[in-house]
Amino acid sequence: MKNESQILAIRDLRVRYNSERGPVTAVDGVSFSIMQGEVFGLAGESGCGKSTIAQTILRVLRPPAVITGGSIEFRDRQVLEMTDEELASFRWREVSLVFQSAMNSLNPLITIGDQILDVIQAHTDRNKRDARERAAEMLKRVGIEPDRLRSYPHELSGGMRQRAVIAMALSLEPTLAIMDEPTTALDVLVQRQILEEIEELRTSIGFSILFITHDLSLLVGFSQRIAIMYAGQIVEMSYSSELVREPFHPYTLGLLDSFPSVNGERRKLIGIPGTPPDMSAPPGGCRFHPRCAKAMERCRFVAPQLRELKPDHWVACHLYD
Amino acid sequence: MKGAIMKQDPLSNSTHDPMMPAGEHSLRVNGLSKNFPLGTGVGAKQLHALEDVSFTIQQGEILALVGESGSGKSTAARLIARLMSPTSGNIHLGDRDVLSIRNKRLARAYRKNVQMIFQDPFSSFNPVHRIEHHLARPIRIHEIAKSKGETQEHIYELLSTVGLNPPREIARKYPYELSGGQRQRVAIARALAVDPQIVLADEPVSMLDVSIRIGVLNLMLRLKEERNLSYLYITHDLASARYIAERTIVLYGGFVMEEAPSDELMLRPHHPYTKLLLSAVPDVNRGFERTSRHTDGEVLSRIDPLPGCPFAARCPNRMTVCTEVTPSITQIEPKRFVRCHLFGEQVSSQ
Repeated sequence: MKNESQILAIRDLRVRYNSERGPVTAVDGVSFSIMQGEVFGLAGESGCGKSTIAQTILRVLRPPAVITGGSIEFRDRQVLEMTDEELASFRWREVSLVFQSAMNSLNPLITIGDQILDVIQAHTDRNKRDARERAAEMLKRVGIEPDRLRSYPHELSGGMRQRAVIAMALSLEPTLAIMDEPTTALDVLVQRQILEEIEELRTSIGFSILFITHDLSLLVGFSQRIAIMYAGQIVEMSYSSELVREPFHPYTLGLLDSFPSVNGERRKLIGIPGTPPDMSAPPGGCRFHPRCAKAMERCRFVAPQLRELKPDHWVACHLYD
Repeated sequence: MKGAIMKQDPLSNSTHDPMMPAGEHSLRVNGLSKNFPLGTGVGAKQLHALEDVSFTIQQGEILALVGESGSGKSTAARLIARLMSPTSGNIHLGDRDVLSIRNKRLARAYRKNVQMIFQDPFSSFNPVHRIEHHLARPIRIHEIAKSKGETQEHIYELLSTVGLNPPREIARKYPYELSGGQRQRVAIARALAVDPQIVLADEPVSMLDVSIRIGVLNLMLRLKEERNLSYLYITHDLASARYIAERTIVLYGGFVMEEAPSDELMLRPHHPYTKLLLSAVPDVNRGFERTSRHTDGEVLSRIDPLPGCPFAARCPNRMTVCTEVTPSITQIEPKRFVRCHLFGEQVSSQ
C-alpha cells in the first residue's frame, strides 16, 4: 500500500532576478505539492521559471536572484529558513538535483568513480571502501559496468555520462530527486533506455521525482501529475491522463498540438504562434493573452486565478470563470 | 526589387547561373562513402562514417535522413555541401558532376544552389555582427543584389518571409538578442537569401523547445510550396521526419538501412532497426509503455569494422549470416528499399 503522504509543499513561491535592466520576474506565485513515491512533471518553455524553482528548492540560487515570497515545506521543515548546516544534510541526502546539461558539467580531471565517491563521503560517514562499494553499486544500477569507475568523463558517451550523473544524484537515496531536462540532447533510443532505468530505480528505491522539461511528450505516462508553467505561473495542473484527455487551458492545447506523431492521422499542426514574453515587462492581465487564439477583452487586464475546475484539475483561465 | 527572389522557372534559368542545365534539378548521390583516418601512418585505423549511400532528391521534394549519433547523417550533409571530400562515390546536381568541379566560379554557383542550415542556433552566427550583416554577406558574395539599397530591401523581405517582424528592427539586432527559434529563422533566411535549389537542414529544430519546432517546420514547408525548394532534412526524430518529408531514409552505422515513403515507413516498417526506433519515440497519445524490445547497447564503433551487418549485435532477428556478410540493399516494393538479410537473396531457407 503506497504511502500517500506529502513530502514537498510549495506555497505561493516568488522569485525574481534583479538584473541591470531592472527586476525580471522568474517565479510568480507558484504552488504545488509532491507526494511520497510520485513522479511530478513540470512542463513549460525555456524561460518560464521551472529551472529557477528547482534551484530554489535546493537553495542554490545566487544573486541577482532573490526569493521575494512564499514558502517551501519539506516534510514539516521550512526549506527557506534552513541554516547552512541544515542545508548540508538536506542537499543530496534528502533532495538531489540533476540539473540541465549536468552531463557536460562533470569535472573532466576526475574519474566518475571519484566524483560519486566525493558526494558520498561529503555527506555521510562512510569510509572510503564502503563509499566505493556504494558507488560501484549505483553505477551498476544505472547500467554502467563497475570497471568504468576509473573512466574519465570524456571517455564516456553522452548517455553514459548522464547515467553517471543520475547515479550520483541517487547515491544517497534521497526522498526527492529533481531532474531538469535529464534526457535533452540524447538520442531517442538512449533517452528511452534512461527513462526506463530511472523508472526501475524509482520503484525499487522508492523516491519521488520532480521531472522538469519543455517536452511534454516525455511526461505523459511517465509522471502521475503534470503542472504546465507559463511565464512564471502554473496555468494548468492535473493527472497526466486527465490532462491529455481533457486539456482546458489554450496553452496546454497548443502544447499538445505541437507534437507530430509517427502513427495516426497525418495533419497540419499549429503549435503556438509567437514567443514567450519578456519577463522584465510581462503582458498585463493574463500573460498568455498575446498568443492566445481565444483571448477576450478581459484577458488583457485581469489576471486569471488558478481554480480547481474539476477534482484535482486546476486551470487559470477566464474561459472558465 | 523582387528579381532575386522570384520563383524559379525550371525551363528558363537565369543566364548567370552556370550550374543549372534546363529542366533537371535533382540532387543525386551515388555510392557515397567516407572514412576518417584516426592517427597517421600506414597502419592508421579508419573510422567508417558513411558507407555506400545513394539517394535522389527531386526538385520540390523533402527527403528525411533519420539516424542517431554516429549514423553518418551529418557526414552525408557535409559531403553534399562540399565541406569535405568523400572517400568514394559521386554527387550530381542535375547532370553536373559536383565533385569534379575545380573552377571557382562553378564552385560558387554550386554553393549558391546548395545551402545549409545547422543544428545549433547559438553557435552558427558570429556574435559581433548584426543580423543584417549576416544576411548581407551571402547576398554580396553571390551578387544577388546590385546596390546597397537593393540588398537592404532583399534583407527586409527575407526577414518578413521567415516571420521575423518588424524586419527593420530585427535586422539591427545582434544574435544574442534573439531567441533560439528566432535565430533558426534567420538561419533559414540566410539560406534563402541566394535563392537556392536545395537546402541541407542538419537537425534544424532539435535544439529548440518543442512548442517552437512546429512553427519552424511549418515555415520550411511553406517555403517548399512557394519556391519549389528541395530539402534534405536530417534528424534523429522520426515524428518530425514524417511530418515534413515525403520520403525517409533510415541510417545506421553509416549505411542506409531502409528507404520508403514516410507514412509507409512509420505504419509498416520492415527493418528491425526502424521498428526499434519507432517503439522508442515518445507519444503524447500513447504514453510511456515499457518496451519489450531489447534496446541494450551503446552506439557501435565503426572503427575498422568487421564484415556483417552493423546492427547485428543489437538485432532481435539476428541470424548467423548477419555477422558474416554485409547485406546489400534490396528493393522490395517500387518505392521501398531495405538492407537486411531477412529480405535479401542471401536468406537461406530455414
